[in-house]
Amino acid sequence: MWKYIVGRLVWIPFLLIAVAFITFILGRFGPGDPVEVMMGTKYNPVVAERIRSEMGLDKPVMVQFYKYIQSASKGDFGESFRFRGRSVSSLIAPKMIVSAKLSLVALLISISIGLPLGFYIAHKQGTWIDPLIVSFSVFFMSIPIMITIPFLLWIGCLKTNLVPCSGWGGIFDSRIIIPALAMGIPGVAGMLRIMRATTLDVLGQDYIRTAQSKGLHYFTVSTRHVFRNSIIPIVTILAFSLAGLLGGAFITETIMGIPGIGRFSVESIFNRDYPVIMAITLIGATAFVIANLMADISYSIIDPRIRYK
Amino acid sequence: MNKNITQSKGHFMTALSRLFRKKIAVVCIAILIIIYFSGIFAFLIAPYEYTAQDYSNIKKPPSIEHWMGTDRAGRDVFSRVLWGVQNTVIITFVAILTGSIFIGVGLGLISGYRGGRVDSLIMRIGEISSSFPDILLVIILAATLRPRILGFIRYLEDAYNINGLVKTGIVDYLVISLALVSFGWIGTARLMRAQVLSIKQNQYIDSAKSIGASTSRILFLHLMPNAISPLVVSITMGMGALVGTEIILSWLGLGVQPPRPSLGRMLLEGGSISVLREEPWLLIGPGIVVFLLIICWNLLGDSLSDVLNPRTR
Repeated sequence: MWKYIVGRLVWIPFLLIAVAFITFILGRFGPGDPVEVMMGTKYNPVVAERIRSEMGLDKPVMVQFYKYIQSASKGDFGESFRFRGRSVSSLIAPKMIVSAKLSLVALLISISIGLPLGFYIAHKQGTWIDPLIVSFSVFFMSIPIMITIPFLLWIGCLKTNLVPCSGWGGIFDSRIIIPALAMGIPGVAGMLRIMRATTLDVLGQDYIRTAQSKGLHYFTVSTRHVFRNSIIPIVTILAFSLAGLLGGAFITETIMGIPGIGRFSVESIFNRDYPVIMAITLIGATAFVIANLMADISYSIIDPRIRYK
Repeated sequence: MNKNITQSKGHFMTALSRLFRKKIAVVCIAILIIIYFSGIFAFLIAPYEYTAQDYSNIKKPPSIEHWMGTDRAGRDVFSRVLWGVQNTVIITFVAILTGSIFIGVGLGLISGYRGGRVDSLIMRIGEISSSFPDILLVIILAATLRPRILGFIRYLEDAYNINGLVKTGIVDYLVISLALVSFGWIGTARLMRAQVLSIKQNQYIDSAKSIGASTSRILFLHLMPNAISPLVVSITMGMGALVGTEIILSWLGLGVQPPRPSLGRMLLEGGSISVLREEPWLLIGPGIVVFLLIICWNLLGDSLSDVLNPRTR
């Protein structure tokens, strides 16, 4: 087991370097010269040449990459092309916090609807309630977020004036309701399904029958025995759900005018601000790889039958 | 042998008949066929050209002449949706055929059957591309590849004297398909590898080897057919997500470029507050089509997994 974890940990830096290299190459050979982007309309070939040598952009690509990795491993992602003089870290840190808050609320919505429903319909297996609710969850999962948001806006903002149409004011602000709902509802289907599957699995176990046959109350069995055991596998997928929210974040943050990382990365891609794109990709990849590893480890802790070599 | 024993229908036919007993699956298949056919034959079905502007009919709600109304330039929304569906259909099909089926299944088969170094190499590459936040990789690829591919197509046009290649929109198709393929192959490759690894243990593989069957014969005649059920389920379920990703790309302006219509761009234009207030049909028409496309793939995938997956049956 320990050997497995160490092996995976050793592999992580290589993985991240490969990710960084691909993004780096895409950036260098992609459209737009960074210096031109930086100088905008005030382009001057002489100054451009000087900036290039100052930033080391005239050196071979591999040398540039080596330098980048060296500083990135210390947490320094360089300077933004677009916003001169601002370090990438200082630009993206506040936006990451905004996105993290939004994603957490969205995740909370998925969990608080998905888990109880999944738990409930597992008990109703074989009746019409089970397939009906599963179909409903697929229904909500299938509406693209660029349709959900206008629809919610139409109800909440245009027709009833309950919430402001756009903006951001933190978690305890009414403006978070629409984006969080729009991002959280599609996730319900996933939660519901996994909860249903694990609950069904637990319901078929012998210890549940034992608990029932020794005369325990139905409520006691389902909270103490079933729920506690079926909730465990959910923990391992939470990290992935957060990663899955990223796709929705691009669109939600753009429509709703939320200063988060999704909107900022789209802007940076269009502005050819490669240091920012590199940093976001690397941070995202790191988070994902670590979440992956933790999920695998927690699987084997929760279920000792799973052994890794 | 007793000739009265009725011949069993075979795995494929039993699965198919079980699928057709599900009402949802039948409805979904019908809707998908209608949407796909009307998209592919948009040039026959569409009542108007997608660029045709009619200034006497600006911002009209749905009517008999214009089923989904007209937009701010007097263009027929229904025709534009049909052409938009065509783009989505072509792109997602190309992506699923090359990425998931051709590359994914091929690499998965090789990696599972060969094992050893080839296996670890393929799986390592898969691990690298799956550690990207996938939607971000797709967006970066779509944004950076376009000028390169545009340049290449222009070069082809000049070198071989082919005119209007760029105008056919082939650049958009290539860019988006490549971007979608970049992460689309990993899922099927892993699935296929796991399947092959377990099927490989069976005696019939050993006996095929012992009578001197070639590797390709074992791969395609013995391994593939037995591994196909979970593959069909995963591809069907993946289609909905793929359509969604394509629409996200064109919503962000990285997909099919105007004046060619794309569903994502129509949703973008129909989703703004001012449009919602005055011309909601600009969102409703394309929105319903997109929604049907995605939900039908998802529900069909569900039904298929019920039918083909013996564990949940």
